[in-house]
Amino acid sequence: MKKFLTTLLIFSLLTLSLPLFASCGGSDGAVTLYVYNWGEYISDGSEGSPDVNAAFEDWYKETYGVTVKVNYSTFSSNEDMYAKLNSGASHYDVVVPSDYMVARMIEEGMLRKLNKENIPNVQYIDMASMFGNENPYYDPENAYSVPYTYGTVGIIYNTTMVDEADIGSWDIMWNEKYEGNILQFNNSRDAFATALFKLGYDVNTENEAEWREALSLLMTQKPIVQGYVMDEIFNKMENGSAAIAPYYAGDFFTMYEDNEDLAFFYPEEGTNVFVDAMCVPTSSQNPEIAERYIDFMLSEEAAIANAEYICYASPNKLVTQNEEYRAAMEELHPDAMEILYGTDGIDMQFYENLPTERLMLLNELWEDLKIESSINVSIIVMACLIVGGCAAAGIFFFVRKRRRKRYIDGLWN
Amino acid sequence: MKILSRTYMWLVFALLYAPILVLVVFSFNEGGSLSSYTGFSFRWYGELFRDSVALQSLKNSLFLAVGSATLATVIGTFAALGLDRMRNRYVKGAVNAVTNIPMMNPDIVTGVSMMLLFVALAGILNISDILGRWTMLIAHTTFSLPYVILSVLPRFRQFDKSLREAALDLGCTPAQSFFKVELPQILPGVISGFIMGFTLSLDDFVISHFVSSPDFQTLPLYIYNQTAHNVKYSMYALCTLIIVAILALLLLVNFAGGIGDRTKRRKEAVK
Repeated sequence: MKKFLTTLLIFSLLTLSLPLFASCGGSDGAVTLYVYNWGEYISDGSEGSPDVNAAFEDWYKETYGVTVKVNYSTFSSNEDMYAKLNSGASHYDVVVPSDYMVARMIEEGMLRKLNKENIPNVQYIDMASMFGNENPYYDPENAYSVPYTYGTVGIIYNTTMVDEADIGSWDIMWNEKYEGNILQFNNSRDAFATALFKLGYDVNTENEAEWREALSLLMTQKPIVQGYVMDEIFNKMENGSAAIAPYYAGDFFTMYEDNEDLAFFYPEEGTNVFVDAMCVPTSSQNPEIAERYIDFMLSEEAAIANAEYICYASPNKLVTQNEEYRAAMEELHPDAMEILYGTDGIDMQFYENLPTERLMLLNELWEDLKIESSINVSIIVMACLIVGGCAAAGIFFFVRKRRRKRYIDGLWN
Repeated sequence: MKILSRTYMWLVFALLYAPILVLVVFSFNEGGSLSSYTGFSFRWYGELFRDSVALQSLKNSLFLAVGSATLATVIGTFAALGLDRMRNRYVKGAVNAVTNIPMMNPDIVTGVSMMLLFVALAGILNISDILGRWTMLIAHTTFSLPYVILSVLPRFRQFDKSLREAALDLGCTPAQSFFKVELPQILPGVISGFIMGFTLSLDDFVISHFVSSPDFQTLPLYIYNQTAHNVKYSMYALCTLIIVAILALLLLVNFAGGIGDRTKRRKEAVK
């Protein structure tokens, strides 16, 4: 019976895997386009949204008569993406790094100049209102990248827990009234920026003393911070276990959907703005199709689908001037358009790619901040463990000795 | 004392299963939120089956788990056989230690060194895209191999050598004696090695992170990358399905093992 069941088990597993093996040799002359984007950063057909990649495949087949298969994979940080691309192990045709990473990749010759003739829709990108001029700082010639989305950092707060009088400035994150209810970024650049903004310094400052000052400010904040978190912010803010958190404007809407008590504001001292831009790496094997993919992403339908799915601000005039899009966003949150696009009066700063020694300083300071007090805790924990271990061992040997003695005594009787 | 040990046991169970229970319960939550339960619904299961990327990753993960576990089981069983037959005690000890090293090695070291090996190999062989399905299969087979050996080897030790000698004496070839006499005896070890390899491969993230390619994403990689923004609620549904599948597999195996032991006991009783 056992033998029968185990054979059955192994057999079923093997038969289960057969179709998987069969599906291996999938290439039937179609061109594969490798797209590497942030996780959850495209309208992919879930929850009734249009599947943009599938739409591109259909469109390409219709327009050019060539079957293109989009291979869409994702990353969770710029550094991950950079490492993967740099290892030379895989080739991608379209990547979507953030601004400072675009600058770094241009510097290192990892990106290819775009042939804008293949990207006519680039005319709808509203550079001037985003950057104040036609060329973004990270791509001075505006030759290597096309903005995909942009976003801003602001402060999300729970209106039932926070006094309206306290909002408006970064100071709220240092307000002792909200001790234990404040969340801080768990990423060095964003966390230090909150302190630098509060101090009124440049977020890309060259001055070491200013970075150190920011550290001491973060140190004073540490006792009242509930935790250093990233995507846990969603749950913590949604279920009201934290009152104040700095995060990206687009993600605020996702939280607001689940908890209507949440609200959002831009601090008066200024805040961070970032752009994620589509680029073609030099290692791309199909740059022309890649450019057409970028163009397709800028077309009205795809761009609106993405903007509605991601909820980040779109640099595309076809999107921002579309009535249906505006209506959809306003349905999401009455002030959605204002939050996403009404950033004119606010001092918006980009993170620039810091020189190596600044990055090392930042890492060092970040470690100081994160380790400093938890070292005491870990020493106590370690000490407890050692003492506890010794006590357990002592008891164990004592009991064993007594048992043996009793056993030997037993033998004598 | 008894109450204390009971509560302790339940406490351990609660800690082990509470997170899974939360996940299962909220996978049926209509609202798509972890903060409030708005109603029972299969909505996320529907979403899941429309998510072609997730299904493809699941397929890849299953292919990898079954493939690498099968390969590791075959290779590992024969490795254990060879180890068992070694005469020289010191050589045996040394080989045993060497096979155990990949198990103690931190995953990240294995992952990075695997990637470097493959990239170097690609340079030598002049292949442009070496990473993918097959490199993943090799990597996963490699790291599950020691676990298979570890679970098969004790079975060989328990095995009564005279049985094999008798089989050979009665005219079996060595191969026949292995498949007819030894294999049925060591089968439980082989199966547990296979299941070990299967589960290890299914939930491996670190090594896959290094040796994967855009053509071949596994489920853990897919879910991890979603944390860049917000993990989809349909992933809760997927995880629930996986838990149910694993649970069924485990029950089946335990059930099978239990029946085997019982029939053996019965036979022994008859004797």
